[in-house]
Amino acid sequence: MTLPLPDAEEREIILLTVRVACMAVAGALPLALFFGWLLATRFPGRFVINALVHLPMALPPVVTGWLLLTLCGVQGVFGAWLWQVFHMRLAFTTAGAALACGVMVFPLMVRAIRLGMEAVDPGFLAAARTLGAGPLDRFITITLPLAGSGVLVAVAVGFTASLGEFGAVITFAANIPGQTQTLPLAIYSALQSPDGDATAARLALYSVGLALAGLVVTERLGSRLRARQ
Amino acid sequence: MPLNIFVEKRRRDFTVTAEIDAPAPGITVLFGASGSGKSTVLSVVAGLLRGDRTRVELNGERLDRLPAHQRRIGMVFQDGLLFPHMNVEKNLLYGLRRAKGSGVLPGELADVLDLHKLLRRRISTLSGGERQRVAIGRALLSQPKLLLMDEPLASLDTPRRQEIMPYLHRLRDMMRMPVLYVTHSMDEVYRLADHVVLMEAGQVTAAGPLSELVARVDLPFAARDDAAGLLLGYVHRHEPERGLTSVACGGQVYMVPMCDVAQGNAVRLRVPAREVILALDAPRDISVNNIIPAVVCALRQEAAAHAALVELDVGGGQLLSRVTIDAAARLGLRPGAQVLAMIKSMSVELL
Repeated sequence: MTLPLPDAEEREIILLTVRVACMAVAGALPLALFFGWLLATRFPGRFVINALVHLPMALPPVVTGWLLLTLCGVQGVFGAWLWQVFHMRLAFTTAGAALACGVMVFPLMVRAIRLGMEAVDPGFLAAARTLGAGPLDRFITITLPLAGSGVLVAVAVGFTASLGEFGAVITFAANIPGQTQTLPLAIYSALQSPDGDATAARLALYSVGLALAGLVVTERLGSRLRARQ
Repeated sequence: MPLNIFVEKRRRDFTVTAEIDAPAPGITVLFGASGSGKSTVLSVVAGLLRGDRTRVELNGERLDRLPAHQRRIGMVFQDGLLFPHMNVEKNLLYGLRRAKGSGVLPGELADVLDLHKLLRRRISTLSGGERQRVAIGRALLSQPKLLLMDEPLASLDTPRRQEIMPYLHRLRDMMRMPVLYVTHSMDEVYRLADHVVLMEAGQVTAAGPLSELVARVDLPFAARDDAAGLLLGYVHRHEPERGLTSVACGGQVYMVPMCDVAQGNAVRLRVPAREVILALDAPRDISVNNIIPAVVCALRQEAAAHAALVELDVGGGQLLSRVTIDAAARLGLRPGAQVLAMIKSMSVELL
């Protein structure tokens, strides 16, 4: 069986899905790097931060979506401020879909980065200290490059998991074709309509293709990174 | 002395308390069994480990009040710890750039450590000896005010160690900063140390110039099977027709097998204790080249070996002689006694 080529409408859904996933990962990465590094170092109160970071993984996605709505919706504290200052809206927009995805995949990304950073021999950091490198300098020149594979895994996991985010996205950003209707939401819509089974099946196939492509690309990058070290 | 260190650090099983005075420049070796607290002292001095009480004062400046990366205290680690994601050149320049030095590798150091051919290499392709040469170069290029070396040769096998020793020798004369060097290899002590600090169970048990300490009969150096005295001198003259080189130490001249060290250069003579013969009168027609008048400083019986260790003052240095208890009795050896120390040229090791 050959993969049926997507029509214009389906192409739009796929592109939107990829765009939302890219935005989610790009937005979550800097914070995930910080928290991954923070959790890789020993400090009192670590478990509190750890629990907060992992909260979206433990909560039902609908609850996460609802929490986002109450915080970042136009009526919410942060949402109202955004609207007043920047005239920007998150709820029911593409950026909102990306935010929901980013929050959902955040724990996965932090975990991958933390594991990568914990694997860095602390001796290298000690050596860098004796060579005159301060904390930020060490983070950029030693920790980040040596934890590179962990960061790569975080990006890959974040991206592929974003492609499949459903509950939080539909709650916070709704199911608006062309704006927030990513692949899983489109599949859900197709299944709701009486004659949508064929459409749903095709969209599901694209999902599989997209996920596989993401995995292959990161595998390639990963082996190149290993070869360089 | 210019470098004064005090470290107190409670460990799980004992407390390390060490006060160290060291000359600058010069190599001060911290010597002791593993677990005696030597490496702890280095880590605290470097600022990598917080001491319970710490003072690191170099030429009147308190370095311990600064965070580790601002102390300008370089360190060479046992396993090198070269950064695996950078090539040799980038490793070498890492500290130099942060020391506000130019981004160019100072040629003199690269020559002495023979680094030119390694610059483009990946760390994973270096041999153990090459790694340590790069690690030493990297630490020196960060232009430290004080250099710490934590068993830099311990991870190498004997041939690699022999290979790197000449580099350390040449460096010793180049370095302008004080060096604290941790080891438990006697060979490294004899070859490199100017000053020795002896540590045992976290405490300093003795400290002083190397040549004085190795000849002290009350210290563990003299009790070793390979105990030896050490004389510091310089090459006085080569005598090719006799195949000998004369070395001046204090007021005495010692004949050793001819060597290729240039005239006037500093050398060390290692004289094994069991090779030093004692006599009351000079014998005639004897093969021994060096017959040196000496005064017995101290005497210690080693009951188990039926031997006596004799510390000798040969004027400008100390020697050690291990004789039988019987011989010590026959010669009437006691502190203050005048004897002749006879040393075969072939027994003297030039370091």
